[in-house]
Amino acid sequence: MNQYSTRQFIIGGIIVLVFFIYIIRLFYIQVIDKSYRNSAENNSQRNVVQYPSRGLIYDRKGRLLVCNEAAYDLMLNPQELRAFDTSEFCNILGISKEQVIDGIQKAKFFSHYKSSPFIYQVSDLTYALFQESMYKFPGFYAQPRTLRKYTGKIAAHLFGYVGEVDSSVIKKDGYYQIGDYIGMSGMEKSYEKELRGKKGVTKYLVDVHNRVKGSFQNGMFDTASVIGKNIVSTIDAGLQEYGEKLMANCRGSIVAIEPSTGEVLALVSSPTYDPQLLVGRLRSKNYGELKQDSRLPLFNRAIMPKYPPGSPFKLLNAMIGLKEGVVTRESQFSCYLGYTAGPIHVKCHPHPTPLDMPHGIQYSCNAYFDNVFRRIIENPAYNKQSEAFDAWRNYILTFGFGKKLNSDFTNELSGNIPTSKYYDKIYGKNGWKSLTIISLAIGQGELGVTPLHLANLAATIANRGFYFIPHTVRKIEGLDTIESRFTNKHFTAFDSTYFNVVVHGMEMAVNGPNGGTANGAEVPGIIVCGKTGTAQNAGVEDHSIFIAFAPKDNPKIALSVYVENGGFGANFAVPVASLLIEKYLKDTVNRAWLEDYVKNYKINYVDKK
Amino acid sequence: MKRTFNIWAELDWITVLIYLALVTIGWFNIYAAVYSEHHSSIFDLDMRYGKQMVWIIAAIIMIVAIMFIDTRFFTFFAYVFYAIALILLFAVAIFGREVNGARSWFEISGFHLQPTEFAKVATILAVAKYLSSYGIKIEKLKTLIIVGLIIFAPVVLIMLQPDIGSVLVYCAISFVLYREGFPGGFLFFGFLIILIFVLALVISQEAILIFLIIVALLSLLVLNRRIIEIVIGALSILLIYNTILTANHFLHLRIAHYYALLVSVGITSAGAIIFNLFKRITFIYWVTLLLSFAIAFAYSVDYVFDHLLEPHQQHRINILLGKETDLKGTEYNVNQSKIAIGSGGFMGKGYLQGTQTKFNFVPEQSTDFIFCTVGEEWGFVGSFAVLALFGLLLTRIIFLAEKQRSAFSRIYGYGVASILFFHVAINVGMTIGLLPVIGIPLPFFSYGGSSLWAFTILLFIFLRFDASKMTLLR
Repeated sequence: MNQYSTRQFIIGGIIVLVFFIYIIRLFYIQVIDKSYRNSAENNSQRNVVQYPSRGLIYDRKGRLLVCNEAAYDLMLNPQELRAFDTSEFCNILGISKEQVIDGIQKAKFFSHYKSSPFIYQVSDLTYALFQESMYKFPGFYAQPRTLRKYTGKIAAHLFGYVGEVDSSVIKKDGYYQIGDYIGMSGMEKSYEKELRGKKGVTKYLVDVHNRVKGSFQNGMFDTASVIGKNIVSTIDAGLQEYGEKLMANCRGSIVAIEPSTGEVLALVSSPTYDPQLLVGRLRSKNYGELKQDSRLPLFNRAIMPKYPPGSPFKLLNAMIGLKEGVVTRESQFSCYLGYTAGPIHVKCHPHPTPLDMPHGIQYSCNAYFDNVFRRIIENPAYNKQSEAFDAWRNYILTFGFGKKLNSDFTNELSGNIPTSKYYDKIYGKNGWKSLTIISLAIGQGELGVTPLHLANLAATIANRGFYFIPHTVRKIEGLDTIESRFTNKHFTAFDSTYFNVVVHGMEMAVNGPNGGTANGAEVPGIIVCGKTGTAQNAGVEDHSIFIAFAPKDNPKIALSVYVENGGFGANFAVPVASLLIEKYLKDTVNRAWLEDYVKNYKINYVDKK
Repeated sequence: MKRTFNIWAELDWITVLIYLALVTIGWFNIYAAVYSEHHSSIFDLDMRYGKQMVWIIAAIIMIVAIMFIDTRFFTFFAYVFYAIALILLFAVAIFGREVNGARSWFEISGFHLQPTEFAKVATILAVAKYLSSYGIKIEKLKTLIIVGLIIFAPVVLIMLQPDIGSVLVYCAISFVLYREGFPGGFLFFGFLIILIFVLALVISQEAILIFLIIVALLSLLVLNRRIIEIVIGALSILLIYNTILTANHFLHLRIAHYYALLVSVGITSAGAIIFNLFKRITFIYWVTLLLSFAIAFAYSVDYVFDHLLEPHQQHRINILLGKETDLKGTEYNVNQSKIAIGSGGFMGKGYLQGTQTKFNFVPEQSTDFIFCTVGEEWGFVGSFAVLALFGLLLTRIIFLAEKQRSAFSRIYGYGVASILFFHVAINVGMTIGLLPVIGIPLPFFSYGGSSLWAFTILLFIFLRFDASKMTLLR
């Protein structure tokens, strides 16, 4: 039998060969290929997110306006679910049996092994009750979250609201995951990065059934969460509250700025809503209701509409006329209860005539400024009127009109100042001239501005020639300064001498002598300067407009009040602004009769269906 | 003069040492595979590692017992053991407890026994006895047939359970036959048939046909060494195949690819035979004949499976083959296994630190997939060490087998080595994803009394014979 003994080597060789192949394979998957290590970690680790509380928001005087409240998402892990007393469960949580069955099914559909939210944001009272009996309901546990709490029901548009992040955001920014919260509008959105803090993570080891078995590497890889940075806003809460109260019955806005810094003292958009409505479980439902409301309470009337500016625009035309040299301070124009030229007739209200420029401003004479505007556009220094018009437009733009002011409002709009090309398209080249667009003289026609623009104009005039970009944040915790763009001066095309005429006119408009369109704005002991506006609105009542600043020298506050369908500027916008100025500068208001007047002022709004 | 015969001095301690090393490491791994922080005593009899310890102790007792038994006991009763094994195999297929779709276990008042493992020992004994009997001539056809029957009988019975893994292990006996002089080609063909049997149920008929053609051409190459003829043959097949297919396409016939290929092979073979008719080259006939047989066999296996088996039988076979999935599917099993092993890195994660095995990600991790614990906790170093130990064991057994003076002992020794080799190769190959999932235990490592005892008995009967080799002549 030994004749075949050499075959032992073949057999031995096969054995060695097979083992050798195995060793190579082992070397490959164990040492060379790293993907298995990753798969192992994915299999057996679970990351539990620690959500930090959001930064707090204070007003400029340190009053806490926005803070956080603990809330608990009730989670369900179907794998750990056992039979339980559903009636007791329903009683504690205040839900029906059908909701329980439905909720359990949804959770199972999501995953048999992984947890998912069963009820969002159970109140802490309910949670406290539930926690006592939680042991009776295996599979249910609480994930702590924080929700926003608003100490005053003010500044809803300014602060904005927080909601759950959606998939498009998740795709763009890997920081967010399903179920995370993110600022959706207003300050919550603009300063999301500062307010949100940083999520932490605790890593657990889990077995194949996703049951937690202990911490991973003794917590070596855990990261602590970092709470959000607190923000001191520029808002004066008292002023904001007062403004919202005054505007309660109407639709419109107030924007108040501190001219020397560009800080927004108040931003009122009426009708407003209680910001607490858009927090937590009921947010979607309440949002839906607010959206359906025909008064459009969610619409931020301070920065989003495109309104005609009305008479405040005359101030700009005045300065441009002076600068272009086509008029002087002393230039006089007559007004025959209006202005007539060719087929054009622009009405005006009764006032002394003829007027020079400051008085033209004081009495807001339409004829005066029609004349000024025509001179600007027909200026022989330019070859064509369209060129003069574009030059005029460029002056306007330096005040921040026609573009976004680049503030820290996320949905600020730019308004619209038309170009000569625009008119070329409508009328054809050379098909239009100064008379065609005469309505621009008095702030009507194809102009669109936001109340923010108008307030900024007031601040620019208050500063005699420059403005700071309006912003809502004074200090962010941990940072020495705010963004530099807010501390840079933006100069207009006009030096301070041009402003003196305008300021004089505005002073007289409020304080007289001999009346003035804004004399209802007079505040005892303070020199208020202002300009009324009454914007025509086809078919319905005019819009009531007023811009102002006070005191005349070293102004502390500049504001715009814009009230839809409020009638003459003097009717409503003026008293509101006056009360606000008194409140801000004197801290109390001594004209209860005026407050009553404002409160009882009725505007009939006709809603478009 | 009688020489004092001290069995313990003659016992091959090297092999015993390797055996003990494997069993010990195996036990530690079972502990790790079942480990949880809450378990207290290692002697806890409710846990697998506690039970395994009991079985190890019992195995040691069996070893001692074997050492005291005379070798003639085994040679004399070889056929008896074999017969008992066949009866038990038959009985378990009928009375056994159904586990995972197969009846492989006896359960009598809490006591479990798997006869398949012991049947392997008995079969090796029977083969050894037969091939070492007086007047056996390897070249005779009768020898082959009887040996075939000895192997075939338990295979058929095992198929009744069914347990494909163990069937494959019986192919290991071909190594024994090869060593004893059976023509390599024969064995190779026998191995091929088993392979086709399994493949026919797993992959398509066409794939098998292509596989067989390649095998046939390669065997011609080995036998003939005339590359030109092989190439002509291959080209001929391709040509005819393509012709048929293009005709298929243009004439819009619906000839299946399989039949097209079949016809092309047939024509080419006929051509080859005619061409060689006058050259008296026999192997071309043989290859053609065997090829036809293999093709027919593959087809019949498929036919039997599809048309003659009940759905639940098909289902069971499919599960065992890994074609059908249980809850999570065999792909999941192998994937988890590879992840566990692959994540071990070079040095492993450390004893009792394997996350995959600790948290039960690998199914069957204390039985069929026990190697995962080795791979994950001891890394490449550990895997290499374990394979090296097995390699040493096997080569040592072969070395000792060659030294035997009696044919019985030598044949039996090769049987031991072959069976152990096939178990290790198939089990480890499965865990690292090189072989399909075939459930057989890793010798000395996998949890289980039956397999541990069977392997221990298998090995130590040989060592008993080896200890007496100086006194045995037959």
